[in-house]
Amino acid sequence: MAAVEREEHASIASTASAYPLILLLIVVMLLAVSCAGKTSDGERVLRLATTTSTNDSGLLDALLPSFESEYNARVDVVAVGTGQAIALGEAGDADVILVHARAREEAFVAEGHGTARSDVMFNDFVIVGPTDDPASITGIPLASDALASIAATEATFASRGDDSGTHSKELSLWDAAGMSSDPDAGWYKSLGQGMGSTLNYSNEVGAYTLTDRGTFLAQGDSLQNLRVMVGGASIDDNADPSLLNPYGVIPVNPDKGGIDAELADRFVEWLTSIETQEQIEIFGIESFGQPLFYPDSMAWRNR
Amino acid sequence: METLGRSFADAVGLLWNMDPALIETVVLTLEVTLVALVIALVIGIPVGAAIGLTRHLPGRWLIVPLIYTGMGLPPVTVGLFTYLVLSNQGPLGGLGWLFTPAGMIVAQTIIALPLVVGLTMAAVQGVDPNLPVQMVSLGATRRQVASVTLLEARVGVTAAVVAAYGAIISEVGAVMLVGGNIEGETRVLTTAIVLETRRGNFALAMALGIILLSLAFLTNFAFHRLQVHQGVR
Repeated sequence: MAAVEREEHASIASTASAYPLILLLIVVMLLAVSCAGKTSDGERVLRLATTTSTNDSGLLDALLPSFESEYNARVDVVAVGTGQAIALGEAGDADVILVHARAREEAFVAEGHGTARSDVMFNDFVIVGPTDDPASITGIPLASDALASIAATEATFASRGDDSGTHSKELSLWDAAGMSSDPDAGWYKSLGQGMGSTLNYSNEVGAYTLTDRGTFLAQGDSLQNLRVMVGGASIDDNADPSLLNPYGVIPVNPDKGGIDAELADRFVEWLTSIETQEQIEIFGIESFGQPLFYPDSMAWRNR
Repeated sequence: METLGRSFADAVGLLWNMDPALIETVVLTLEVTLVALVIALVIGIPVGAAIGLTRHLPGRWLIVPLIYTGMGLPPVTVGLFTYLVLSNQGPLGGLGWLFTPAGMIVAQTIIALPLVVGLTMAAVQGVDPNLPVQMVSLGATRRQVASVTLLEARVGVTAAVVAAYGAIISEVGAVMLVGGNIEGETRVLTTAIVLETRRGNFALAMALGIILLSLAFLTNFAFHRLQVHQGVR
């Protein structure tokens, strides 16, 4: 009798101890279902791999809601360096890429990773530096001449060093200045970081760096020790055409599998349409007193 | 799969060729991690032992939860704090330690310290409470009591060392912010992995990850041999 009682006790105890586990399982499953459920009402998901500049400037936040409501879609933005954005496209982990490195974009299409490249917009690069300007580059019209002067005076220069579109541009400017950037020189600091971090570094140590104007303006308040030295006060004042920075959009080749090619094509159509291009044209005027990007799609040029 | 396979080949290739940039990165990684670890141990073990051995510590109700919270400090927050303190505008900006290995050591010491203190405290508390009482009755000094108790608790104390080492050698948020990932100056294995991932060099990034893990394994293996040597398994 006593033994039966004890047995009953034990079985009750084991059921009781299993309750929390079962409860936990149910909660986890409910959570998983609710997360997956977001897309179950016919909403489609577009995976956009892009560079930090389009995201950090706030441009995508301003533009994307109209696409999302028009096509009942959600855009998942992965903002990374141009190198990683292209790699994501090559691996088929993105449906469409929006980047700025012309030569590599063309190679991406030529190698069959993307279907076609379309012009979207451009912005421009500027060289910023410490207010005391030890290399005396303020007002030099051409970026390559300014870099030559920085190298001659061995003033500290911070390089993105991360294979980003900005880094590619910097390397081509050193090339144009007739010298190779030498990471072993003590004044040349290769950071391997994003634009924001590189600007913070330059502001702290008093270094020159090449930046897109948008990120510099967006971060302006925290960069008290830096000034634009080459590139002028706005894109209209930029005297060096080699500092212009075109952005292209490329749908990823649907042969890779798992690609929503139809939605990617709609996205390209929408991004290059006159209506969206008009939004790009006015973006930033309110916050920064000047636009950060200039529309440049085929439709816009032919309007 | 192809990327994964290539990363193993890359890891072996990098090590085989003694790639100079890699050697530099590995040396700096070990230097920063070990210096931070030693500082954290020198401060943390005595403090942890003292807290563990003092039965009627005033404010224990607050100190212990604070240490436990510190054991889970997000490295990036520690990095941000250290950055602001060492920045030009910060209170210790005059040291010029921002974007130098010295600054990285400061951040990693802050991360490691609560782990060492907390786990040492727990290990010491796990020792038979009669031991200190008996030793005192035999006329032992406080210092002697502490060292014998620590010896008794050596398995737990070694766990503290291993946990702190693992936390800081694999940490990326703080060293990225404070060090700046400058090539040849402050680039360590974890920040190099982030950089190569951003570049889209996934195989190389994974290869660096394998090297980091091997490094961690070798050190932990050495720690364990030490334990076995002490008669603990």
